[in-house]
Amino acid sequence: MRLTGAEILMECLLEQEVDTIFGYPGGTILYVYDALVKYKGRIHHYLTAHEQGASHAADGYARSTGKVGVAFSTSGPGATNLTTGVATAYMDSSPVVFISCNVAESLIGKDSFQEVDSTGVMLPITKCTFQISDVNKLADTVRRAFAIARSGRPGPVFIDILKNVTAETAEYEFVPKSEHKKSGMLDALYNRNMADLHKPSVDEEDIDKLIEMIGESEKPMLICGGGVVRGRAHKEYNEFLNLMDAPSAITVMGGGGMNGRNPLATGMIGMHGSQASNIAVNECDLLIAVGCRFSDRVALDPESFASQAKIVHIDIDRSEINKNIATDHHIVGDAKEVLRMLNSRLSQQDHTEWKKFVFSYPTETIYDEGGDTLNPKQVCDTIARMVPDDTIVATDVGQHQMWAIQHFHFDYPGQLLTSGGFGTMGFGLGAAIGAKAGNPDKAVIHIAGDGSFRMNCNELATVQHYGLPIITFVFDNQTLGMVRQWQNLIYKKNFSETNMDRGPDFVKLADAYGLRGRRVTNQKELAEAIEEAMSCGEGYVIDCMIDIDEMVRPMVGGGSHITDFMKL
Amino acid sequence: MDKMNDAKRQTLALLVDNEAGVLSQIARLFSRKGYNIEAFSAGPTENPGRTRITIDVYADEPHTELLCNQLRKLYPVHSVKRLNTENSIYRELTLIKVKAEGSEKRNDVMQIANIFRAQIIDVSLETLTLVVTGDSEKLKAIENILSEFEILEIARTGVVAIERGKATINDESKERGEFNYGKNVL
Repeated sequence: MRLTGAEILMECLLEQEVDTIFGYPGGTILYVYDALVKYKGRIHHYLTAHEQGASHAADGYARSTGKVGVAFSTSGPGATNLTTGVATAYMDSSPVVFISCNVAESLIGKDSFQEVDSTGVMLPITKCTFQISDVNKLADTVRRAFAIARSGRPGPVFIDILKNVTAETAEYEFVPKSEHKKSGMLDALYNRNMADLHKPSVDEEDIDKLIEMIGESEKPMLICGGGVVRGRAHKEYNEFLNLMDAPSAITVMGGGGMNGRNPLATGMIGMHGSQASNIAVNECDLLIAVGCRFSDRVALDPESFASQAKIVHIDIDRSEINKNIATDHHIVGDAKEVLRMLNSRLSQQDHTEWKKFVFSYPTETIYDEGGDTLNPKQVCDTIARMVPDDTIVATDVGQHQMWAIQHFHFDYPGQLLTSGGFGTMGFGLGAAIGAKAGNPDKAVIHIAGDGSFRMNCNELATVQHYGLPIITFVFDNQTLGMVRQWQNLIYKKNFSETNMDRGPDFVKLADAYGLRGRRVTNQKELAEAIEEAMSCGEGYVIDCMIDIDEMVRPMVGGGSHITDFMKL
Repeated sequence: MDKMNDAKRQTLALLVDNEAGVLSQIARLFSRKGYNIEAFSAGPTENPGRTRITIDVYADEPHTELLCNQLRKLYPVHSVKRLNTENSIYRELTLIKVKAEGSEKRNDVMQIANIFRAQIIDVSLETLTLVVTGDSEKLKAIENILSEFEILEIARTGVVAIERGKATINDESKERGEFNYGKNVL
């Protein structure tokens, strides 16, 4: 069958069972959008307000469904607008294929209109980039890109297609995804040594050694990281946790990797970790970290982190081993497989005394009752009480993000969508759109701060147009709360440029986008607003007024010993 | 972990795709992770689709291992091998243009060239140009001696290295078992 490059691209997306795309058209990608019309009904395209919104939506779609997300953009500013989303996906290992078109071959390198070296820009923030200048190589490159995005430690892949390639024709034959490897199309890929492409087979001796270490340990502690979430290994992790009978903390990325309501859960660990988590990690004699990379927000001071413990690191990416923390033992492999092997050999442990010690410390912070404003825990608790248990929570970045992770309980991978590694303010609304597109049967809420919401609130237009019933909760403290918190504690209360005492009025803003909204200052109003939002069946903005000096508690300073809690 | 603890010069040999942009991708990894490339050489191999790169970098043992693992994650990289003076032969080539006016000076330079088995590849009334190959120490030595005459220009290739005996960079299969498939080697 002879097809144009644009049609081949569409067919390749169908091969990959892609039915949802987020994007924004422009000059160079016009042939692709031209072909898109022919595939209406099979490939659903969400037009966002900005390419960044599309990039976060594709990311949120990937995180919440476990499938590969896809985003389209045009050349030049279209591609550079994607970059924040690409870097966000890269830092959090989210499988997304970003597809952008570039100027035609005859114009490449001439500083043509909307030309940029997009593969060069994307190089350090993707697993791999491809530029396609030959239509005959288009299909196989797209197949390869998807294979790379989802294999090993997942991550974003960027494809740049020259405009002339999308118009030229080539022979094409539909090959379903399952046949790609068999047919030898991916041979060029799997014959390489690229570590990320191969699923490491778990070493039996390593497993046995860990079982032995567990047997010797009296005070074991677990950390559930993003690898459990990406590997969809929550069932295995919960089983492991119960067999271990040990306390378990989550990292920001690990939310949803374990049952958040399990009595063994100590909450978040690290800079804003609970006292129970941080003290447990300091006191334990064996620390088993699954799929976490000991970032500087977790292992604040690598030298003193878990200094009394033997540290065991389980990760799919061997380049993470001994990168930030020197470990005593490690197992390289997929979380699901490693945990399954451990579970089959591990006998039921009992650590009653140790648990008693750890859980004598609080796993959650209690806040004072707010006067004429709400306190963060009240907001979170009211939301949690009223929305379904399996509601997907997308957050932006800042204080509200930490509050959400501290006070909500997540039970399954993809329930919490948050930019952990890159810390991208403005991530939440796009991610919520992607999540709703991929999970139409689930409720989706968006937790934002007033600073973050302001960044990408233009996506309310997308929410409205596609009738997505996403409820946005703005934790509105009229300031960049997290930055203010640092200024308060570290920069001698010099509140430089963090006041947000200016528009817009978020309720009026929602109205301008054709959505409803309400400002609330107490729990009763909040409950009424949630009631109304859930019954209206469309997007809704709830502006929750929070005190300007409210802080995320507890807090440990960067680089400090993990139990050096600041006086707040 | 301090990168400079027990840092020494490490040699890495890489087999990579012979395609545009690959060199910048590899160079970028080094700068991104905070390492300075001390010497770099690249050239075609017996397989037209592959380029061999030799890189010298200052790093300690654990960081070199991390760096190799990072390199192995790059799509265009086929194999990474650490080479050392015990298991490998190192060669570098230098072109040196020396000022040598008059027959006496010319003879002196030629004698030194003889001792180092360097060849004279160009001559003018005022200058001689030598080519010399060897390991870095030998090149340094001849450079030092010739600096007595006035060195006008030096062009060095950077180190290339190859393993002694049967072992080649292509048989990473053994190492693949060790490095990529979960076996403990650190």
